Formats: sequence, structure tokens, C-alpha cells
Amino acid sequence: MQAVVVENIVKTYHTQKTVVDALKGISFAVDKGEIFGIIGPDGAGKTSLFRILTTLLLADSGHASVDGFDVVKDYKQIRNRVGYMPGKFSLYPDLSVQENLEFFATIFDTSIEENYDLIKDIYQQIEPFKTRKAGQLSGGMKQKLALSCALIHKPSVLFLDEPTTGVDAVSRKEFWEMLHRLKLQGITILVSTPYMDEAGLCDRVALIQKGEILSINTPKGVISEFGKPLWAIRANEMFPLLNSIKENQSVESCYPFGQYHHVVFKTQENSKELLEQIAQKGNYTQVEIHSIEPNIEDCFMALMKE
Amino acid sequence: MKKEKAITAKNLTKRFGDFIAVDKITFDVEKGEIFGFLGANGAGKTTAMRMLCGLSLPTSGSATVAGFDVYKQNELIKKNIGYMSQRFSLYEDLTIRENIQFYGGIYGLTDERIKEKTSLLIKQLHLEGKEKTLVRALPLGWKQKLAFSIAIVHDPAIVFLDEPTGGVDPITRREFWELIYEASERGITIFVTTHYMDEAEYCNRVSVMVDGRIDALDSPSNLMKDYAANSMDEVFLHLARKAVRSE
Repeated sequence: MQAVVVENIVKTYHTQKTVVDALKGISFAVDKGEIFGIIGPDGAGKTSLFRILTTLLLADSGHASVDGFDVVKDYKQIRNRVGYMPGKFSLYPDLSVQENLEFFATIFDTSIEENYDLIKDIYQQIEPFKTRKAGQLSGGMKQKLALSCALIHKPSVLFLDEPTTGVDAVSRKEFWEMLHRLKLQGITILVSTPYMDEAGLCDRVALIQKGEILSINTPKGVISEFGKPLWAIRANEMFPLLNSIKENQSVESCYPFGQYHHVVFKTQENSKELLEQIAQKGNYTQVEIHSIEPNIEDCFMALMKE
Repeated sequence: MKKEKAITAKNLTKRFGDFIAVDKITFDVEKGEIFGFLGANGAGKTTAMRMLCGLSLPTSGSATVAGFDVYKQNELIKKNIGYMSQRFSLYEDLTIRENIQFYGGIYGLTDERIKEKTSLLIKQLHLEGKEKTLVRALPLGWKQKLAFSIAIVHDPAIVFLDEPTGGVDPITRREFWELIYEASERGITIFVTTHYMDEAEYCNRVSVMVDGRIDALDSPSNLMKDYAANSMDEVFLHLARKAVRSE
């Protein structure tokens, strides 16, 4: 059975002057036990989608179900069986770490002891601070507490809205390691992120932009859809080189990527020669050109332009 | 020829009680350089940056920013730097034009200069016809680009950027970096923190803070050589994983 089914969900917000189409009719399904990534920048519609699936917001039209329960009719059953970690820290800042966890356990009619196994791995890292008020925790510890609270009732589906935003590269890696251990327990995980490099850590991803899904696939599948040869070029003079490449008529796109620029040509013949010509004409020094595999971010940008 | 320094810091230290947030950091930033200031959450980046911006007095050590002393001339520092972060940038309930005018005024530009700058910025950012749009109505990427342009509206010697591109889509993120390159070519020194390691590779030099210290400082290519790494991500993980203190 599928853990989450989304069919043609539309959500529009009306403010005094403006109309924002947050979700423009999106559909996808998540298998049980999958880590499914919703990858996209701010304003893509990720939070609206999560709020609809956790029954906190009503869609304008379309259907969605979680664990077989309808998000509108069966909202009570859904609330009992999902865990939700919103993007904004939403625990009680004036309760201690332990009080927060006890509070959520009690609400779901369980106890910390009953499901301690599930959260042990994460909670142990903040247990030394269990008497500290949640509002006084550092960002990383707040995140671990929020995840513990979202797990304490042993949810079947876990919704994590941008859990790694603003988190440094090391803590992000550790967070994903935790998610993979949770997956082993059979929990389905929907996780949103603006970091494209995290796509590779999901079983499948939906790339989302301005309320529309650009692609749904495995990370490898997304990359195989790229379809055009991709070149990496570097030289000592990176910024002028970027402009020279962009000015060239046969270039479809050129984006900086760390130490390289990634270039796609409109036509596929002689593209290496074309790049060499550009580099020669501009007298660029220490030029290095090679063909590369696209990554998710290359794919995302190519899809954005379509 | 000796290169001009935009920032010099020597044994710069900040303690909060027993806690040493910044532990004797020593480094220079050249004029016009794009300097990446990296570190895990809690490594001491924000505290160091607050001292350099003249917002917090060091416990010991010395530092100059744009030639001004962080102890005695912090008001002059504030006038000669720009600052932008993802959290604090523009006034959402003012229009694009009003935001430019407001910050121009704060930085003491003449009315005439504000007028010039307003039309220049609007042209550069292709915002013609949108002058009267409330900033709230702009997409995030546009806001960030506008916020950056406004942070350097007074042509400061240095601009401090605290995670300027968080949450922005990948194309806009790159357009943002083009603005950074342009400002750097005009001689403005860029001091930037980021969690995107590919962005660290756009910097001329980067430093990595671990437990309040600067544990590495060099060009990205030299750092990758030194740590036998293929990317700054690997360098960063290698350095930051040995941190003993958590945030």
C-alpha cells in the first residue's frame, strides 16, 4: 500500500492585493518505507503541501491520503499516526527538554519509556540537557528535540519540513544518517529541503518549483533525464570567462559550480572545440576542460528553464 | 608592493564568562578580496563577525576594519561597512524605492546621491516600473539581490554577508554571486559566510573556524590540495568533524 497519495492538489492564497498560487495541481505517491524528498527553493510550495498532508490546512481542490486515510474526512486518524516537524521551531520554549517530550508522549497517549527505542539514538545526544528550557537550546539541539517529539508516538509517516535549513554541512550529514536509521524501522519519511545535494540521499525525489513538480524520479533517474552533454571548464580568470561563455551564441547555459563553470551547448557537435575557441580568444590561462556527469542541481536548473 | 588590508585581526578573542567563543583568531583580508568565513554552527563565526562589525567589543586581541580600530572607532566602522543577512535585510512594508531611500539616508548620502543611486540600482536590477512595489510582494531571490545592492548603496569598503543565499533557487543563487563578483571588481571587499560548500569555492580565500579557532586559511584550491580532497565539502567535513564543543 502507498503511504501517501497526492492527486491534483491545488492551493491558492488570497491577500488584499495579490493572489499566490502555492500549489498548481500536483500529484505524486510515496511507497511505504520510502525516503521521499521534496526538493525546491523557498516559495516552491513545500510547506503548504506538508500542512495539507498533516491536515493543518485545507486544499482548494484535489485529493490526498496518508496511510489510506483521507486528509479531509479522516483527519483525526491521520493526526494520530503521523509525525510532523515544521520548519519553524514549534515546541514549548518555556518547558524543559524532558517536559516537552513528556507532553507530546502524553498527548498521544503513550510514554517516553514505551517508545524509547525509537528515539534513543537521537534523544541520548540531548539527554544531558534534559532540564534545560527548550528555548535556551542551540539550533542543532532544538532540531534533535523536535525530531524526538515528532517520533515519540511511533508514527507510520514522518513529515520533516526543511529540517536541515541553516544547518552546517557536518550536522546535515549526521541528520541524514539519523533518517536512514529511522527508515530501517519501517517509517515512511517525507522530507523537504532547499539543498539540492541532499536529493542523492533520498530513495526518490520530487523537484518542485513555484507550485509545480518539475520531475519525480530516483536521483539517478533525474540525472539520466538530463539528456545533453555537460562540460566543465576552469581557468585562472573565472568571472570574465563566465561572461565570455554566456555571450557565445551556441551556448545554451553556463553556470558557476564551485571551481568550474558547467556549460551546455545548443548543438552537440564540436562542443569541446567551441569551448577551446572561447578560452583561446579570451587569452584565458591554465584552462582545463572536461566532460562531466550532471548533478541534481544541473538538472534542476535545466528543468527550471523549460 | 604591500597590498592594502581591508581587515586585520590579531589574537582576537571574545569570552562570555568561562566560555571562549572566539579564541585568538589571527588573519588578514586584502582589499577587494572575496573572503569566505566558514565554520560549523556554534564555531564562533557570528561572534567574530559581530566584533568586526563594531557591534561587540573584543575581550582581548586587536583588529582593524577598513583601517578603523574595533575598540575605539566602532562608530566609524559601522559607517564604512555594509551588512546583509538572510534574516535581516529590507523593510517588507516599504516599497523598493523607499527602502533604497531609507538606507541611503541612514548611511548619510546626500539627496542628490540617493536619487542617482535609486535610478542606477533600479536599472541594474531590471526593476523598472516596479519602484512602487512593496518589498513584501517580491520573490525571495529578488529581495536578496535588492538587499545586497542596498547593503553597498554607500560604496562601503567592506560588505559582510551572513548566509545571504539560504533558501534561494539555484539559478538566482548564481545571479547573486555574479553581483558579488561585480562588487569585488569595483574594489569592495566581500566577507561572506555560507553553508553551501560550492559557494566556498567561489571565494579567493576561505577560513574554517573550529571551536573558536581558525584551523585552516587558504585559497580553496590549496586547501583541497592540503587535505587531498576533491571539494570544499570534503575539506570542511574533515576539519569540522574534529570539533569537540557542540553549539
